[in-house]
Amino acid sequence: MNIEWYIVLSALLFAIGAVGILVRRSPMVILLCLELMLNAGNLALVAFSREVGNQQGQVFALVVMVIAACEVVVGLGLIVAIFRRKLPLNVDDLRELRG
Amino acid sequence: MEAVIFFLAAIGAIGGAIGVVAMQNPFYSVLALVAHLFSLAALFLLLTSAFVAAAQVVVYAGAVMVLYVFVVAYVGGGGEPVADPIHGQRFLGILVASILFVELSAAILSSALLALGTHGPDVPAGFGDPAAIGRLLLEKFLLPFEASSILLLIAAVGAIVLAQRKRESEPQEGVSGPA
Repeated sequence: MNIEWYIVLSALLFAIGAVGILVRRSPMVILLCLELMLNAGNLALVAFSREVGNQQGQVFALVVMVIAACEVVVGLGLIVAIFRRKLPLNVDDLRELRG
Repeated sequence: MEAVIFFLAAIGAIGGAIGVVAMQNPFYSVLALVAHLFSLAALFLLLTSAFVAAAQVVVYAGAVMVLYVFVVAYVGGGGEPVADPIHGQRFLGILVASILFVELSAAILSSALLALGTHGPDVPAGFGDPAAIGRLLLEKFLLPFEASSILLLIAAVGAIVLAQRKRESEPQEGVSGPA
């Protein structure tokens, strides 16, 4: 398979993740859609690393996985904190930080 | 054969992604994401990156998704309002994302990267296997490797501080205190 197929697939997955972030209201599902977008970026990184025949892109993808894990841990901690305070789990109602 | 595996894995990845977005129950969204991650791991294997594929399955589909399932079980799914706060938000979101996809694809396919239309160069055996990636991580990229471990530690401490039970003496409205 040509590399461009992988890159176009990664663009499509990124767009699907963007739909989720624009449309869904539950913070948990928005975190899941962020994962989708990060994974689409990972696929592009690994595809480009195959294209140039260099393994450094794969190391980059591994670092992106670490970042994603950190983001998930902090995001889920926030969700648990929101739930403990009995606030609604809906990003449209959590608007105190809006300017 | 390779094309068949590619299209099967691509259909799995796209189907899983659509499932994440479309499922109303967050628990099913998590399961769809697990299917998506396994398909992506197959794609990584096709791109001769065995270690990234293994890390994807073990770390993502294994550890991170279990964390998600625990939080979904604790918080409980559902309760998401069906009505849009902005009129036609669903349609507008899909429209904007379609434009994003078309623009990204046009930018990629019209780029001057000549090797995109090829399969990539022939790589030696052992390309992307754990030994090669480990050597890169511990020699050339030692500093980013250590920095990411410190970042993981900070994230773990931050999650504990965020999710800890409030002490009795704290006022109800205060921000969560130091650990």
